[in-house]
Amino acid sequence: MSKILNVHQLGKTYSSGSKKLTVLDAISFEIEKGDTFAIVGPSGSGKTTLLGLCAGLDEADSGSIELCGTSINELSEDERALLRNKEVGFIFQDFQLLPTLTALENVSVPLELQGIKNAKTQAMELLHKVGLGDRSDHYPSQLSGGEQQRVALARAFINNPSILFADEPTGNLDEETGEKVIQLLFELNKEAGTTLVIVTHDLDLAKRTQHILRLKRGKIASNQSTVLST
Amino acid sequence: MKMQKEKMSNATTGWLFKMAWRDGRASGGRLILFMASIILGITALVSIQSFSDNLQENIRLQSKFLMGADFIIDSRQLPNERVQGIMDSLGGAEGMEVNFVSMASFPESNDSKFVRVRGVEGSFPLYGELETEPQKAATTYITKNGALVDATVMLQFDLEVGDVIKIGDTTLPITGILKSAPGNSGLASSVAPAVIVPYQIIDQTGLIQVGSRLDYNYYFRAPEGMDLDILDKELDPILDAEGADLDTHTSGSRQLGNSYGNVGKFLNLVAFIALLLGCVGIASSVQIYIKEKLRSVAVLKCLGASRKQTFLIYLIQIAGMGLLGGLIGTLAGVLLQLTFPSLLQEFLPFEIQLSLAPQPIVMGLLLGVLMSVLFALLPLMNTWYVSPLQVLRIQEAPEKRPKKARALVLLGILVFVFLFSLWLLQDWRYALGFVICIAVTFSILAGVATLFMKGIKRFFPSNWGFTSRQSLLNLFRPNNQTMVLLVAIGVGAFLISTLYFTKDMLVAMAQLENDGNSPNIILLDVQSEQKEAVAQSITPKGLPILDNIPIVTMRVHSIKGRAANDLRQDTTLTMNKWVLNHEFRVTYRDSMISSESLTEGEWVSETPKDGLIPVSIADNIARDAEVVVGDTIVFNVQGVLMETVVGNTRAVDWARMQPNFNIVFPKGVLENAPQFNVITTNAPNAKASAGLQRELVQKFPNISVLDLRQIVTLIENILDKIAWVINFMAFFSILTGIIVLIGAVRTSKYQRIKESVLLRTLGAKSKQIMQITALEYFYLGVLGSGIGILLSLISSQLLATFVFKTPFVPSPVPFLVLLPGITLLVLLIGLSNSRSVLNSPPLVVLRKEGS
Repeated sequence: MSKILNVHQLGKTYSSGSKKLTVLDAISFEIEKGDTFAIVGPSGSGKTTLLGLCAGLDEADSGSIELCGTSINELSEDERALLRNKEVGFIFQDFQLLPTLTALENVSVPLELQGIKNAKTQAMELLHKVGLGDRSDHYPSQLSGGEQQRVALARAFINNPSILFADEPTGNLDEETGEKVIQLLFELNKEAGTTLVIVTHDLDLAKRTQHILRLKRGKIASNQSTVLST
Repeated sequence: MKMQKEKMSNATTGWLFKMAWRDGRASGGRLILFMASIILGITALVSIQSFSDNLQENIRLQSKFLMGADFIIDSRQLPNERVQGIMDSLGGAEGMEVNFVSMASFPESNDSKFVRVRGVEGSFPLYGELETEPQKAATTYITKNGALVDATVMLQFDLEVGDVIKIGDTTLPITGILKSAPGNSGLASSVAPAVIVPYQIIDQTGLIQVGSRLDYNYYFRAPEGMDLDILDKELDPILDAEGADLDTHTSGSRQLGNSYGNVGKFLNLVAFIALLLGCVGIASSVQIYIKEKLRSVAVLKCLGASRKQTFLIYLIQIAGMGLLGGLIGTLAGVLLQLTFPSLLQEFLPFEIQLSLAPQPIVMGLLLGVLMSVLFALLPLMNTWYVSPLQVLRIQEAPEKRPKKARALVLLGILVFVFLFSLWLLQDWRYALGFVICIAVTFSILAGVATLFMKGIKRFFPSNWGFTSRQSLLNLFRPNNQTMVLLVAIGVGAFLISTLYFTKDMLVAMAQLENDGNSPNIILLDVQSEQKEAVAQSITPKGLPILDNIPIVTMRVHSIKGRAANDLRQDTTLTMNKWVLNHEFRVTYRDSMISSESLTEGEWVSETPKDGLIPVSIADNIARDAEVVVGDTIVFNVQGVLMETVVGNTRAVDWARMQPNFNIVFPKGVLENAPQFNVITTNAPNAKASAGLQRELVQKFPNISVLDLRQIVTLIENILDKIAWVINFMAFFSILTGIIVLIGAVRTSKYQRIKESVLLRTLGAKSKQIMQITALEYFYLGVLGSGIGILLSLISSQLLATFVFKTPFVPSPVPFLVLLPGITLLVLLIGLSNSRSVLNSPPLVVLRKEGS
């Protein structure tokens, strides 16, 4: 299988006044196309920063990242945005739906950005798939947390991404709703054959992936395959 | 690689518009402040400009009808041979009139009135018509040797057609009511209403005597294609030399336009300030709006939108709102201007026909978009620099916006303000002055804010109580809003207060003195031999003789040794030639009066035994004649040449309602010259005034009695109307200013709410949070409005000196009303920001404000 994400000697430092804080230090790992992958670790271990760098939301201070065959270190911010639009899907802890757009419009945005004409038809299909066909004209504020996350799932999959990054996807949901959302996430992922990278505190959720990368104080503590890995 | 070639996603421009619409549709409520700022600013601008354009256009269109001819040649005496020759060469006048002011009496009611008698011959008017009742009276008064009497006089004295009017020694039947006639302007005809009579009866009145002020007007129709401006340019100097003058209907319309100059200037200032306040309002409301949108921008970038795309979505949205605001403002402005004519009709000499003036409408729409985009650019730039990382809860240090981009936007704003001022004021010096004034005001306010923050930090009162310390800390700690709020409140207070001072200044300019010691009845044209007898009519009634001023008429014979005739023909001369042709009315006395002050030289009471006669010249005449103290002038006093030297120059307050003079001789030289007198008195009430006027008219028909009491009431009425319009328009600006304040203070909501919630979570009582908030906004309100008002004193002084040319005495009202008013407003808006913190549990607030 080919590599969809290749991270090599990645480093990231933040400045706090005169002090420098190393958040990530010499991180290297790779993910095969179609794999499911979890990044776990305690608070402040650098999980979210790593996800942001891998998805091209930020620039690394050292090392390199190759995403979908493209070295993102060499891309400008707008070129990285284009790469995300074509190859990447996102799920966030706090859903991050656009509050002024309806559910249907929120789901359509990634396709509309690609200039695809029948974006709304495809968005509607996906909304039906996540069970929200009848809520398409509702604004995020009119939906429950679970419903908002399901809209976010539909949005994440609409552009048939090569890789999907999920940042604490159940962090803002109760256990029951969270479980339903995760089931839906894995179902859709399996159906689309997308590579899935989840950042989570939840070890049970992590165990449902094929690989678990443990971070501790900005360094890799372990990088193991789970029993699901074949 | 494919990725490196493509820089942006394939989304079309249409999608950007769609996104702008989708987002704007759900954000309507949040854009109310923004829309209100544009609408109010544009409404004020369009209404004032449309009305002004309409007024100018009406004056231009109706100027022929207002004058009654294409051009007039006028003179204070019957035309001499040369003038007659010129008139003949122009094809001869088609109509003529002689007019003068005089008292007229009405034997039936035993009343009298100061009127302008117009003796008319030939076909007058050449354009327009005499509007009379009955209609045919406009022509029959000539054959019947009757009079057409102004409608207001008929009403005032309960007169009817068929009654009689006595003018001088002759009595005529009133054959018609005069409703309107060319040459009667609103204000002048209110002071001395017109009575039109046939020219041939003028001699019978016996009112044409030496010293009488007469005006002869000859009415001409121009042949087709004649350029009146060229005619004016060619003939006016020749006629000037002969003591005559040529007025074309086009120059007449310019003069008429100018006579509403100060009100026009003020209204332009109102429009300018309303629009500037609107701009500040836009900047502050967009600041709030964009702040709320930054999270959405980060999400869009995360989903693959480029910086340019996200920036354009909000730019399109703001421009669209600007266009909509401009459209609503323009419509409101057009509707509002419909109310102006009814307010101003009384002092306009014609009925205004309103039409849609295209220029202000187009400008309104364009300005709506332009000012929205320009003043939104600084806040909009934030969208460019938002990192998509924000969606991952990572708070990065905000990327520094490049100084060059900021400088360019600021330069654009300054250029906009300059061009806009130039369009409005039509004078690049005024426009530049305004831009500099605004830039200096912003700089001073920003400087004061910086000094204020440094001062508090340095001299921080550590021993104060918790709430007082917290409120002071809020002023300089990170995320403080001191600079933004002080500048916004300061600019708002500055503009509103400047407007107030200017309004006050304009109204004060026309205020009239009306106390017991000031004259309110003026008797004109009292002949020397009538002086004693007139005094005998006044004093027995218990009325004082306040002034008995002798007047001698004279002309300039030579200046600094050069004869007037010689000077007239000198084409290189820079002095104002009217001085050479004017018949001066000169007095003599031994001291200055209250309306005068010496500017140069020394006052001379008595003519010295030998040497030249030292005369006093008003400084405006000295300027026009280009003479200074020590220069010689020879006057022709009715055939006798008198050699004088400029002994001093005086500043004269011509606005005072009392007899003022350009030239004053010392005592001891003019006493024996042919002269007439002006006598003034003060009548305590209307009855005393009427009694005196009746007696004087009966005994001395040549004397004109000017009743200032009536004029004062009339002018005050007009001023009330103008003041109403001024106040009404000023209200618009003040309303915009309030919106600016609301916008500015609401900006700080997001800075304060989290801190207040944290304090609440840690156990702070409502009272403590209220106190901290109230004190912080109180400091900002007092300081911002105080400095704004102080700065407005400077700007008002500049306006008084350079634009309105009037003294400026500041009123305490802005300090007593505006300062506490604005502070209270800031305080209330600030406290309303914290209301949600006080009324709801901390978590609910955080969830709600964070969403």
